[in-house]
Amino acid sequence: MSTTEQELQLLKGLAISDKQAIETIYRENYSMIQSFVINNNGSADDARDIFQEAMVVLYEKSKDTTFSLNCQIKTYVYSICRRLWLKRLQQLNKYSTQVESLEETVFVEDEMEEHEKRDNDFTLMDQAMSKIGEPCKSLLDAYYLQKKSMQDIAANFGYTNADNAKTQKYKCLIRLKKLFFAQYKNA
Amino acid sequence: MDEIILIETVERYLSGEMTTQERAFFEDLRKNNAEVDQLVVEHSYFLEGLHKYGILKTFKHTLQEVDAKLTEEGVTAIPALTGKAKVVKLWQKYKRSIAVAASIAGFISLLTSGLMVTYSKKSGNEYYSQLVEKINVTNQELIKLNTNRNNGATFKPEVKVDYRATGFLIDGSGYIITNAHVLNKMKNIYVENNKGDYFSAENIYIDNVLDLAILKIEDTAYKTITNLPFTIKNNNADLGEEFFTLGFPRNEIVYGEGYVSAKSGSDGDSTAYQLTVSANPGNSGGPVINRNGELIGIITAKDSKADGVVYAAKAKNIFMLVDQLKKEDAKYQQIKMPVHNDLKKLDRVQQVKKMEDVVFMVVGATNR
Repeated sequence: MSTTEQELQLLKGLAISDKQAIETIYRENYSMIQSFVINNNGSADDARDIFQEAMVVLYEKSKDTTFSLNCQIKTYVYSICRRLWLKRLQQLNKYSTQVESLEETVFVEDEMEEHEKRDNDFTLMDQAMSKIGEPCKSLLDAYYLQKKSMQDIAANFGYTNADNAKTQKYKCLIRLKKLFFAQYKNA
Repeated sequence: MDEIILIETVERYLSGEMTTQERAFFEDLRKNNAEVDQLVVEHSYFLEGLHKYGILKTFKHTLQEVDAKLTEEGVTAIPALTGKAKVVKLWQKYKRSIAVAASIAGFISLLTSGLMVTYSKKSGNEYYSQLVEKINVTNQELIKLNTNRNNGATFKPEVKVDYRATGFLIDGSGYIITNAHVLNKMKNIYVENNKGDYFSAENIYIDNVLDLAILKIEDTAYKTITNLPFTIKNNNADLGEEFFTLGFPRNEIVYGEGYVSAKSGSDGDSTAYQLTVSANPGNSGGPVINRNGELIGIITAKDSKADGVVYAAKAKNIFMLVDQLKKEDAKYQQIKMPVHNDLKKLDRVQQVKKMEDVVFMVVGATNR
């Protein structure tokens, strides 16, 4: 298999969040990003954050059928991380023009914009979720995120039947929705 | 109830579970009723958001798992520095001037630290009250009762217990951080974990200026804990940063939460923060953990006059403390600070559960 084919395989795996593919990409790129962040005013924890954020960007891209990678995964990940880290430094007012960039980079501004929006949506939903409390959180998680059946949920959560569980689920969903849209109005 | 039926109908419509007839009827309703139409749009937007959220959350979870696995394998470890040749050269060239500079600097720092001992902490503020608890007789009986109850392999201290405070591990092999004023008051020190096991511990380092100290568990019954869940923040906490703390103002672990209210401690003490949290005698030495699971401080004292005004030593000083210890005694070279943060992105309850295992009650008999 040629390198490009291998990389395409990796991206395909990533798109279905195949653990093996994720691990390979992680293994091959992590230390590069770690030394980049640490050499530029960051800590190992910062590096982990930035790298994982870049993985999310790559993941979303890999699911997009119109997306084709014009460079190596390595270059792409590096470009994203570099951009993310510059932004983080700017927020912390630690910005220096001397951010070391020996590697080749590609243009990733569009991705950054999409990523920011997605990240914002995620945070809003996450905040709403953290506010609804139990058992609502687990109930919604089981139905909408883990896609469990109403029968299973009723059994797991100790509801007398699936209909009861369903009513409870809708009540929770309405609460979540109110919390979610309330944040939109405030933001 | 109406709202529930409506939402259920909308969900059935969106997921295509409706019969043709029902569908036609509902679409008619949508056309004629703007409110229903808006609800459909809103709800489909919301469900899509929820769906995306779920997928992303699962993916992030997988990422964490992969990261944990690779950390275990050492793939994500920070490589050691290489290429010392240049530094050595410079060192040889400037050895003399550095030595002169260092001796002057050493003199100044001795002087200032002397001043700090005299003027800092208690002396400036008469209401500065350290949070070690003097245990009364009833409490002592309680401790005895407790220890007699679990007559397993664990150690049962027969000695007198006069003071109680808090400490926490910074190295799973048994190094515990607590306050200097805690250890200054105690001898025959024991630490107790949340399972009620007692271990004897030895005071190995005290820094009165930073009000920090290191204990080492010296007990064969103690089993090393691998992977501490938190990391230590290397720079200052931000104003308003929220945190939680765990400690032993009672004979049982107690949770508290609050926020960083000033970047300096009592009388502008720059080695400490002022926090707003409820703390009581016994909380001294308790870890202050921010929402990212980073240790930002160590509870030391409170203002006895003002409500909720608590002081905490800055966590970054721990690095200084450990460096000093390593310099003084080579056998402590192997102390390893926690590097991997398991608390990040967990909710509070989960964070507390993980932290409970590494927070210890520190007890001892009076020193005088």
